[in-house]
Amino acid sequence: METVEVRTSPHVHGAPSVATIMRNVVYALLPICIFATYQFGLSAVALIIVTTLACIFTESFFNRISGTSDSLGDFSAVITGVLLALTLPPGFPLWMAAVAGFIAIALGKKLFGGLGFNVFNPALVGRAFVQAAFPVAITTWTPSLTAARFTEFIPSTLTFPFAVPAAVDQWNAQVAVDAFSGATPLALSKFENIPTDTFLLLFGTTAGSAGETSALLILLCGLYLIFRNMLDWRIPAAVLLGAFLTEEAFHLFDSARFPDPWFMLFSGGLMLGAMFMASDMVGSPVTPVGVWIFGLLIGFLTIIIRLFGGLNEGIMYAILLGNAASPLIDAATQPRVYGVTEAKIFGKKVD
Amino acid sequence: MTTNTSAAHSEVKLKSQPDSMDTFLRGIWQDNPVFVMLLGMCPVLAVTNSVVNALAMGIASLFVLFCSNTLVALLRNFIPKQVRIASYIVIIATFVTVVDYVIQAISLDLYNALGAFIQLIVVNCIILGRAEAFASKNKVGAAMLDALGMGIGFTLALLCLGGVREILGNGTFLGISLFGENFQAWSVMILPPGGFFVLGAWLLLFNWLKERKDMKALSPDLQLAETKN
Repeated sequence: METVEVRTSPHVHGAPSVATIMRNVVYALLPICIFATYQFGLSAVALIIVTTLACIFTESFFNRISGTSDSLGDFSAVITGVLLALTLPPGFPLWMAAVAGFIAIALGKKLFGGLGFNVFNPALVGRAFVQAAFPVAITTWTPSLTAARFTEFIPSTLTFPFAVPAAVDQWNAQVAVDAFSGATPLALSKFENIPTDTFLLLFGTTAGSAGETSALLILLCGLYLIFRNMLDWRIPAAVLLGAFLTEEAFHLFDSARFPDPWFMLFSGGLMLGAMFMASDMVGSPVTPVGVWIFGLLIGFLTIIIRLFGGLNEGIMYAILLGNAASPLIDAATQPRVYGVTEAKIFGKKVD
Repeated sequence: MTTNTSAAHSEVKLKSQPDSMDTFLRGIWQDNPVFVMLLGMCPVLAVTNSVVNALAMGIASLFVLFCSNTLVALLRNFIPKQVRIASYIVIIATFVTVVDYVIQAISLDLYNALGAFIQLIVVNCIILGRAEAFASKNKVGAAMLDALGMGIGFTLALLCLGGVREILGNGTFLGISLFGENFQAWSVMILPPGGFFVLGAWLLLFNWLKERKDMKALSPDLQLAETKN
């Protein structure tokens, strides 16, 4: 029998450690991984495993050559790997995914000094690199829920390292239940002005990156972290609000040209980015006002890039820009110290 | 310990004596203009997207550097201090004009690929820097060796960048296909960000090697100090 020690109050709890929080983020990401597997089959599993292993190996390699203590136990490399996989197209060649994982940890995190010192979200650094290096592969989409997804890979997944991935157009035409044009809902909306039902976007049976399709599931997983008090709810709220308000303004201005704000909220990677990437503790501001500015800025930039940029998805660049602006936001929104009569921000007096 | 440090000082003094081989090698390795002094970053980042461009840029800079260093060293006692920079610029610009026309005559494609960067050799800080820091204070022979060393060091550095960027970004070296048609090109490497990535990687490698060398050079002293303590 277990002995129970009875003590009087106060019962002091230690704050959750970095490893505890990170482990819970991994738990929150698991349902999204499972849904990605259900939707895209073997290729999605292989993608998640490869990026995670690439991140773990890179992390331990850099730990070894820099002589620092083992930092694998804090799970941050695992999160980077899983998040990276979720932002990539399901048929992304595995060797490119490994490159992205290496760059994410090496360039995005370890060169800055490891966890806590990285300016940018590591997973998005990795994705931005492969977006610039392999622009065709990262915009090659495959249909979801194909019949043989649990028995065969998407042809481009098993590309030989450093080789050009196989074309998937013919394969797409064979496996797709409906006619599949090889575009995500956002691309359809932007380039062909074809709307997608918001209901489909919520449940995520559309084409898209491996883990971004089901807005509802991501929302629920994010809510789990928020209720465990391991995620600052203001950041996702501000990002979504910023995106909604910006899109609503454009929609009111010209509803034929600019789609419904609800469509923008649930399509693409906005939900995944807002919940799991913008809210990264390292790259976001710490002041209460700063957090709102940061989130609204990301939401605004996402919509601007989506509507007027060359690409149809902008959440990645919006978050990276937000990360870059975050120290500045922190500096500009320092709260007034209690008992001090005047404070100066950027040389201006404020009361 | 005191005897040790004084011995090290006298060694440094001995090394700084003018030594023609040392003057030449200094620019290639120890004081490499790109990897150690970080000079001339504009052409280094801008025209190293292929090996041919890098080589042409390196040789053009080497020629200008050699000629200007020679002429500056020859005229070093005739140029008044107050107008020396203007004089150096006139000398350098003369040779840049020569290079500009020569490249235009040899290959118009290459000339177009290098764009304004040939003319911009005139403001390349390596060339003006060597004129001011070395050629104006040394004899002609030493200035020539210094220019050769620095120029070759600059060319090698450009080739290091151009090689990596062309191999990864295009799958070719000097336009010859290395991996066959099935090679997936990393298009970022021939774009401007690739220049920064590759330069950063080379700097990382050089600093790492330098640090290791310094640690090795330090370690016998450290051991000695430890045994004395």
